[in-house]
Amino acid sequence: MGCAPDSDDVYLRPSVKTAAKLLVVGHFAVGKTTFVGTLSEIRPLRTEEVMTQAGALVDDLAGTRDKTTTTVAMDFGRLTINDSLVLYLFGAPGQRRFTKLWHDMTRGALGALVLADTRRLSHSFEVMGLLEELNLPYAVAVNDFEGAPVHSLDEVREALDLLDETPLVRCDARHPDSSTRALISLVEYLLSRKTELEHA
Amino acid sequence: MTPRRPEARLVRSYVVTDGRAHPTRNTLDLVTLLIATTDLSLAGLNPEKRRVMEVCRHGSLSLAEVAGHLRLPVSVTKVLVADLMDSGHIVTRAPIPAARPSDTRILQEVLDGLRARL
Ligand SMILES: Nc1nc2c(ncn2[C@@H]2O[C@H](COP(=O)(O)OP(=O)(O)OP(=O)(O)O)[C@@H](O)[C@H]2O)c(=O)[nH]1
Ligand SMILES: [Mg+2]
Repeated sequence: MGCAPDSDDVYLRPSVKTAAKLLVVGHFAVGKTTFVGTLSEIRPLRTEEVMTQAGALVDDLAGTRDKTTTTVAMDFGRLTINDSLVLYLFGAPGQRRFTKLWHDMTRGALGALVLADTRRLSHSFEVMGLLEELNLPYAVAVNDFEGAPVHSLDEVREALDLLDETPLVRCDARHPDSSTRALISLVEYLLSRKTELEHA
Repeated sequence: MTPRRPEARLVRSYVVTDGRAHPTRNTLDLVTLLIATTDLSLAGLNPEKRRVMEVCRHGSLSLAEVAGHLRLPVSVTKVLVADLMDSGHIVTRAPIPAARPSDTRILQEVLDGLRARL
């Protein structure tokens, strides 16, 4: 197996000048990989960061073979927005102990979509707290899993203790339109915050 | 002399004691767009750096994509790419922050692009 990608489609168009980055985050098995895979136009790639147990990044090849390290996987996908702009989606787990990874991942990110599962809403607190500390604005998308209790969005908003301004939508991460709509809610929100700041 | 651990030399050159000491590395992000220059010889590059050049040779990619294709951790890829930037083998696209459109502009374009997909 060669290491060069085999298809021309994997490369960016020469006219692309800017890359934007949004994060797709949430707890274990909430649908992050599915969401990124549904929207990506390239075969979703998986990258790994190797961390020490204490959460420090390992950036040498010797360290990556060390048994005392742990690997954190991130999925990412790409959407061409127009001739000069591409959007990258990064799916990453929400554990607080990977602080260094979080700093790297959120640097330059425009915002985050938090995926939530009504069967375990409290599992979303950790990642929401992290985003708030890092000052990264977010929207929340509730994936309806089969057999999950049906709650109104108002109930979910209350249970998650969201700000009034935080967008909250339903989403099926397996479906492109539904996933696209969730991203649109996030981006509309990010844009409204920017324009508010500019006019403040 | 046959090295007992063939990767030893490779490894030593990437050991980074202070992960942010390297100036070029500070500017590298997961979505920094990389382009390989075509006029420099690859002689003298170690195998890992050659693999980076091989992936980047056919078109531009983000740093995260290069890491994904090579199945290397992002942090290791950053070190390799930073070295390749120092030696002139790789350049980044739109390196001047001033040339970057404002976030508002980017968000508006992203929004338009997403709406057009529905
Ligand atoms: N019903 C329903 N199932 C979903 C949805 N999104 C994902 N799933 C399913 O949930 C399971 C877990 O999805 P993943 O995308 O692997 O979740 P993840 O967040 O990447 O999981 P980890 O990486 O292990 O934390 C898979 O079987 C998906 O098919 C959704 O919106 N609705
Ligand atoms: Mg996953």
